[in-house]
Amino acid sequence: MNFVLTISGFLIAFLVNLLFPQVAENVRIKEYVFGGFRVDDNLAYRLVLLAIIAYYTVYAVVLFVHKARADKVAKFFAGAKFRFAVGLALAAWDILGTKLLFLPQPFFPGPAIIMDAFIGDTKFIWQNTLYSLRLFVAGFSVGVVTGVLTGVLIGWYPKARYWILPVLNICGVIPAVAWMPFALTLFPTSFAAATFLIAICSWFPVATMTADGVQGTPKSLFELSRTFGAGQLYQIFHIAIPHAMPQIFTGVMTAAAFGFTTLVMAEMMGQPGGLGYYINTSKVWSAYYKVFAAIVVMAVLFSAILKVVGVVQRYVLRWQKGVVR
Amino acid sequence: MTDILDKEKILKIREVNRSFIDERTGEPRQILKDINLSVFEGEFISILGASGCGKTTLLRLIAGLDPVQEGKIILDGEPVHGPDSKRGYVFQQGCLFPWLTVEDNIAMGLKIRGVYKQNKDKVHEFIEKIGLGGFEKNFPHQISGGMAQRVAIARALINEPEILLLDEPMGALDSFTRADIQNLLLELRKERNTTMILVTHDIDEALYLSDRIVIMTPRPGRISEVLEIRDSFPRERGSAQFLEKRRNILERFNLARSNTAPEYVI
Repeated sequence: MNFVLTISGFLIAFLVNLLFPQVAENVRIKEYVFGGFRVDDNLAYRLVLLAIIAYYTVYAVVLFVHKARADKVAKFFAGAKFRFAVGLALAAWDILGTKLLFLPQPFFPGPAIIMDAFIGDTKFIWQNTLYSLRLFVAGFSVGVVTGVLTGVLIGWYPKARYWILPVLNICGVIPAVAWMPFALTLFPTSFAAATFLIAICSWFPVATMTADGVQGTPKSLFELSRTFGAGQLYQIFHIAIPHAMPQIFTGVMTAAAFGFTTLVMAEMMGQPGGLGYYINTSKVWSAYYKVFAAIVVMAVLFSAILKVVGVVQRYVLRWQKGVVR
Repeated sequence: MTDILDKEKILKIREVNRSFIDERTGEPRQILKDINLSVFEGEFISILGASGCGKTTLLRLIAGLDPVQEGKIILDGEPVHGPDSKRGYVFQQGCLFPWLTVEDNIAMGLKIRGVYKQNKDKVHEFIEKIGLGGFEKNFPHQISGGMAQRVAIARALINEPEILLLDEPMGALDSFTRADIQNLLLELRKERNTTMILVTHDIDEALYLSDRIVIMTPRPGRISEVLEIRDSFPRERGSAQFLEKRRNILERFNLARSNTAPEYVI
């Protein structure tokens, strides 16, 4: 039943696109030829819907065949209603945006038109996505590493706490893009400037959470290691930091969200590439369907980033109660 | 008496005083007053007293976890100066490192001291000895409180300390698990002849395990009496002898009337 619900929403969207008459006339459905196959925007959109249906079908079959554990099955089916709603929303959007042109144009093109950006602009979108990813990874990793370092300093040395914590608290509340004008003059390239901004805004949550975790380490753990003759470095790296790990990851998750926001804003304010840049250039040409396409890519990219962080987190924190299986 | 006195005094505590600044009043408050005690090699000593009598403070001084301000604590001819691996310490609550497996927790001291490689087999030997075979790769949250304390004891003993300091290690356990661990301690002691000092507020526990029981009274904490228990091990918890001694100690804490027959005391 839940499986039917999962599938049927997308199936409805599929059928709407296929069967609903194109009422509005001034809609340009472009056609592309790939090695003898003619693909227009509507067909591409329907193929994506079919791919989604296929994915969920295969997933359900795998769950069934492998006799997956009940909680896994329940988790999959818990999303059924939502997936059904997504399918209906797509169908409604298709009708209002493409078929009837009821929504104000060109601001709200239908899903099939957005597909056109992916087909016609594949290479450019891909390039900009990679640019964004590269920028994000650079800034985010610098931010996380310096954040952990600062946090350990603050958490461990009272002097560092005295001098650095106020700076952290003051800088932390300022939106990173506010530094943009300075960053652009201070750094040789705009890539480095944006890296700096992303690093700053990821640095803040990681540093505060790390400091918190380090300071919360029970004294007895340090004392115990000292009865074995452990020195300060051992206590920092083998006790304080592992103890702070759960908090560090909370900080890292927040940092990823802050960093991603800053990434897009920095790109929109002056980068030679990236999804923010793509949005800006598309906007100039009133190609709002491309803006939507960029938004879709961003959503996918960000959830992929969170997924990667989540995998690392589950591995590192496998000792935690409730995290292991 | 003579058999114990023949042995070497391994630990000497002389005229130790200790006071803390009371956080509320800001006045210094004396926690330990005129503590004098000698411990012989291979001896099992219990420090028995109510909460707040300074028994844990004393143990921490012996361990070197807190500095000795007044008086002297001498282990093996050398004054105690900060913690080191000569004195193993077992905390009240297992105090295992939650991110390390059972095996890694036990091996921790060896690794810190840089002698892990040559002692790898010893880790497994200890795991078997404390009855945790098959749990090597478990994390602390996956084992019971009793198991955790076994691991904590093994973790301290694997470093071959001259003295094992036990700070109410069975305080948080149910009475069955407690008895198990008490027996484990007796076994380990018999086998290795390690000197042990146990801080406890459990009279039965002290009676079951100790060669001598040091009774402390609070405000300020001082040693009021040292009782020698000469019964051989293993002791019978239900025996008349045992109960008589128990009543004796209860009297000292004013918890029993002296004319009451032991049968009615519990």
